[in-house]
Amino acid sequence: MPAILLDRAFNPWDEIQDFQARELQPGHFGATASFVGSMRDFNINESVSHMTLEHYPAMTQHFLDKLCQQCKQQFQLDDCLIIHRFGDIRPAEPIVLTAAWSAHRAEAFDACRFLMEELKAHAPFWKKEVTEQGERWVHNDQKPVE
Amino acid sequence: MTIHPLIVKLITMSINVQFFASLREQIGQSQITLPWETPLDALTVWKQATGNVEMPDNTLCAINMEYVKASAQVQNGDEVAFFPPVTGG
Repeated sequence: MPAILLDRAFNPWDEIQDFQARELQPGHFGATASFVGSMRDFNINESVSHMTLEHYPAMTQHFLDKLCQQCKQQFQLDDCLIIHRFGDIRPAEPIVLTAAWSAHRAEAFDACRFLMEELKAHAPFWKKEVTEQGERWVHNDQKPVE
Repeated sequence: MTIHPLIVKLITMSINVQFFASLREQIGQSQITLPWETPLDALTVWKQATGNVEMPDNTLCAINMEYVKASAQVQNGDEVAFFPPVTGG
């Protein structure tokens, strides 16, 4: 159940296939659910030429490793996988992959969504987009810990 | 040569403060080392590290890679990080 941080482009479908061949027992799982988030070339009505994804390396790895462990405890899974880019990213390139393998579809769907929603809400990454107007940080309305 | 334990303690009594993304740009530094003398909270660390810049309302804090409140206690040797709301995925 690895969480992998990459500073280069990756092919999520190859990664799923490779991980499945390497780590999963054939015939033991009946459901594979995956989500791939890719970079758009627009945001808030403006064209975006590229972006930089900054992160807090030690905390990001720590957080994603814990998230994978929590996911396997919370759902009946054979395994799960997270891959996330950082650094310079171009439109159409995959940014994130979450995937879950389970005996049945409900657990695989739920686990895959859980990974993605928790990652979006808490993993310490920050997007900086480059538009014709210049650079800008992407914002959200996340509240501090209470 | 054996170094006296008190000297070792004095050398190592510090905390590592890190800033990320827009906060790093606002503060103008990514990392600051502060001396640690007595227990203090993360908000006080922010004030000492920034020269009393007001902390933005949406600032997130982490101590040793775990999210905490700004009132959380910081101990000798801790890594304290401040950053804006996250936007990964």
